[in-house]
Parts: sequence; structure tokens; C-alpha cells
Amino acid sequence: MTTLVEARGLKKRFGDMTAVDDVSLSVARGEVVGFLGPNGAGKSTTMKMITGFLEPDTGTAEVGGHDVWRDPTSAKAKLGYLPEGAPAYGDMPVADFLSFVGKMRGLRKAELTNRLAEMAERVRLTDVWSRPIEALSKGYRRRVGIAQALIHDPDVLILDEPTDGLDPNQKHEMRNLIREIAPNKSIIVSTHILEEVEAVCSRAVIIASGKVVADATPRDLVGSKDDGRAIQIRIGSPEEASVIEKIKPLADGAELEVMERMNGSTRVLLRYNDKPEDTRAIETRLRSADLPVEEVGIYRPRLEDVFRDVTTRIH
Amino acid sequence: MTASLSSVSVVFGREFRAYFATPLAAIFLVVFLALAGAMTFFVSGFFARGSADMAAFFTWMPWLFLVLLPAIGMRLWAEERRSGTIELLMTMPVAPWTIVLGKFLAGWAFTGVALALTTPLWITVTWLGSPDNGVIAAGYLGTFLMAGAFLAVAACISTLTKNQVIAFISAAIVTFLLVTAGLELVLGAIRGWAPYWLTEAVAALSVLEHFQRITQGLIEAPTLIFFGSLIILALMINTFLVDLKKAQ
Repeated sequence: MTTLVEARGLKKRFGDMTAVDDVSLSVARGEVVGFLGPNGAGKSTTMKMITGFLEPDTGTAEVGGHDVWRDPTSAKAKLGYLPEGAPAYGDMPVADFLSFVGKMRGLRKAELTNRLAEMAERVRLTDVWSRPIEALSKGYRRRVGIAQALIHDPDVLILDEPTDGLDPNQKHEMRNLIREIAPNKSIIVSTHILEEVEAVCSRAVIIASGKVVADATPRDLVGSKDDGRAIQIRIGSPEEASVIEKIKPLADGAELEVMERMNGSTRVLLRYNDKPEDTRAIETRLRSADLPVEEVGIYRPRLEDVFRDVTTRIH
Repeated sequence: MTASLSSVSVVFGREFRAYFATPLAAIFLVVFLALAGAMTFFVSGFFARGSADMAAFFTWMPWLFLVLLPAIGMRLWAEERRSGTIELLMTMPVAPWTIVLGKFLAGWAFTGVALALTTPLWITVTWLGSPDNGVIAAGYLGTFLMAGAFLAVAACISTLTKNQVIAFISAAIVTFLLVTAGLELVLGAIRGWAPYWLTEAVAALSVLEHFQRITQGLIEAPTLIFFGSLIILALMINTFLVDLKKAQ
């Protein structure tokens, strides 16, 4: 597998704040990396350093084998970039804007015409082709942003929150589009929508406070937390505190953790040191103690749980 | 090299058209022509002078331009930074100076259009008398060079802020200082405390002096070098500042 993006030890400080602290990342052709992290974790800053927009304090980044700082023109030529918020020249019609970006990217006339036609169709912009960008809906504007990043058919695609602000249908379309173009490219997508990572990404990189805290396939990430030694109980009572107190003595030796509260029911986790006893036995015990138990089962962590676990642990 | 030239021309094309995408261009041209006309005919008394030249017109250009060129230059970078499009521009596979130059040339060409629209005045003068066309051509050259210098300064300053109004006012102040640098008003204020060389250096920055000489028909190397180096210096600082400020 060819490595198309190789970042080593990227560091960036803004005043007293260390935004990115020693981030290394390598992405091969065909990989779609989901770049995850809480707001302010350093996702955008890392992406800006890989695109050559922002110079790192230390560390290097290579795109398509070219050092972004020593040979910026060659590196940038391999790259398509959708900055956060999909900025564009609002007064320009879609066609003019894309043609401007294409020309800046060195496309010649015939090639440019072909690529424009392909973008219109593939990113579905035909309906708004000659409308000024400022008159477009958020969804269309995002698509224009994707089209400008794809116009020169780059090897590497860096998309900063491409689905932010889109409705569910538009999100779905955007994911399909990313999946379609993925096989021949290296793609880095930042998002905080976790289902998106499960849907389109072959790898998830989670960063928190400027550091990479997890880097694995979404399945492995979930698997790493899935040791079958935890039991999940859903209780349906508003007085959860008293109920939890009553569960404690019945859960012989398990560590108790409240996972989430939703619509009047609470998810409680019992973590055992060893393989826990049969869930049905626990359920029977709880029910005979007259506790409002709705459901008892082996806990299968979701990506969301892993995310919360790894991003809150280091604070 | 060809890649650089092509990116200069692509940026130029976009920027030049951008002036006309909003009513700004039309407003600018109307204001410029109205002011230039009013100054020439009413304040300077173009007809009463009874002289077939355009001195009454050129005299006003430094003062008009110190307001109008900051207006042309203010959006060049401030707007890119405000809207975030600077992130697109600076991740294109082109050298940053080509973008700086393309933007500058677009603004300069727009000023050229404004100046070209004043040629009816030249026609009027030629109709009424027999002016020295060489002097008038030199006047236009000087005006165009001065416009370039003011625009380069305004573009440079517009990299420092995301706010076009601040960009406009700051650029107007700096161009005002450039125009008045050689006047006794300014020199007298610094002569008292500054060393001789500094007073001379400030006097040498005087746009007005060079401009007056060229509008008298004297196309001299020092004047061309003065405006040329002012433009190049401002564009170099511009390129440096874009890199420094782009991500803030």
C-alpha cells in the first residue's frame, strides 16, 4: 500500500495553549480516516498543517511523497482540501468559482471542461450551476466545497467537517460520495458524528487535547472495550439514586457506573473483574427485590462509549 | 515560470471581475468622475484659467486618490481573511507572491479604467486649444504610477485586518502621510527634534514632489524608481504579511 499522507510529530502552540501536541498520522491509498475529537481538540489545526496552510512549530508532513514545507507546490498539487465551513467567493456563480479553482490547480482548457462537467453531475450541482454561491442553501454550498476539492482529481482529500449542518438526506448523499471516490485516494475526514465514522471510515483516529488517543478500525476500537465482563442494566425509575443503592449489594463485587440518562430510563453498567454470572440470574435477583428493571444484558460498547472513554480520561 | 504567470493571470481575472460583480465598481467610477470633474471645473476654474492644459485636473489626483485607492484596496485581503477563502487560496499549488501580484494588478487595472474614463477631458482640451500632449501623457503616467503605489500600500494594510472599514481608514492615513511627507507642515514638525538625515529621508518619501515633477512633463529616472520601488516594496511586505497573518 502506498502511503500518501505521512505526518510526523506535528506540534503547534498558539500563545500559551498547545493546540496540537506531537501528532503523527499516516494514511495509505484507499484508506478513509475518520478524524475524531471533541471541539477544540486540535482536529482543524492538524489538518491545516497537513495541507500546508499552517506551519507546524516542529514536525513534518508529506503529501504524495512531497514535504509540505520544503516543496509546497508539489505537495499542494496532490491535495484537495475542504476547509471548515466550506468558504467560497459568494458573489461568484458556481461554474465560475469551480473553473477558477480548476485553473489555479493548473487544469488546461479541455481537461477543465471535462472535470467541470463531471463535478456538475457527480456532486449534483447542475441545478444551481449558474447561481451565485451566496444564494445557495447550506447543503449546496457544502457540495460546492467538495466539488472544488475534487476538481483536479487529487490523490489526497482532506475534508474538515463535510457534513456539518446538512440534513440527514444530504449527510447520506455526502457519505455515499465519499465512499464512491475512496478506493483510489487517501481521505481524511474530520467529524464529530460517530455513526459517520462507522459508515464510511476504514480507520478512526481520535484526538483529545492535541494528542492522538486512539488509532484503529472502528470495529477494533469498539472491540478493545468489549471484554464481555460488563453487564448493562436499564432501569426505568425517576428515583435512580435509591434504586442504584439497592442494586449495589445484589451485584456481588461489581463496579457500578451510570452510563446515561434518557427519557426517564437510566443505563447502569456493572463492571466485573472476571466473567460475570449469568445475566438471567442477575435479572431474576433484581426483579425479586422489586427493582424497576427494564432490561439486563451483556454490555456491548458503542463507538460513542469508546469516544467518551478515551477523550475524557486524559483530562 | 509559465505556471507562475498563469496563476497571476487567473487571480487577476477573478479579482478584476469581482470589482464589477457588485455595484461597488459603478459607484466608485461615478464618485471618482464626479469629484474629479467638480474639482477641475469648479474649484480650479478650468475654463477661467484660459490655458489649454490639464494641470487643473492632475493637481487634485493625489488628494482624490488618497481616499479612493484605499477604497479599492481595502477588500483585497481583509475580505479573504473574513470569509475564510484565504485558506483555499493559500493551499493552491502556486507561489503566494503570484496571488499578491494578481490581486494588485487587478486593482491597478481597475484604476486604469477609471483614468481612461477621464479622457473626454483630454479631448476637450485638445478641442479648445493645442495642448502639449507629451505633458498630458506624462501626467497620466504619473497619476497611474501614484495610483499603483497607493494601491500597493492599501493592499498591504488590508492583510492586517478582517475588517474592511479599518483597512480603509488605516490605508487612508498612511497614504495621507505619504502625500504630505514633503510638505513644510510635516517637515517642520519633525525638523525640531529629528536628526538631519531623518528629515531628509521623510522628505524623500514625498509622493507629491515626484508627482508634481512628472505632471510638469519631467519623466525622470528618480521618479520612476521612486514609484516602482514603493510598489515592489509594498508588495513584498504584502507577501510576507499574508503568510504571517493568514491563519489568525
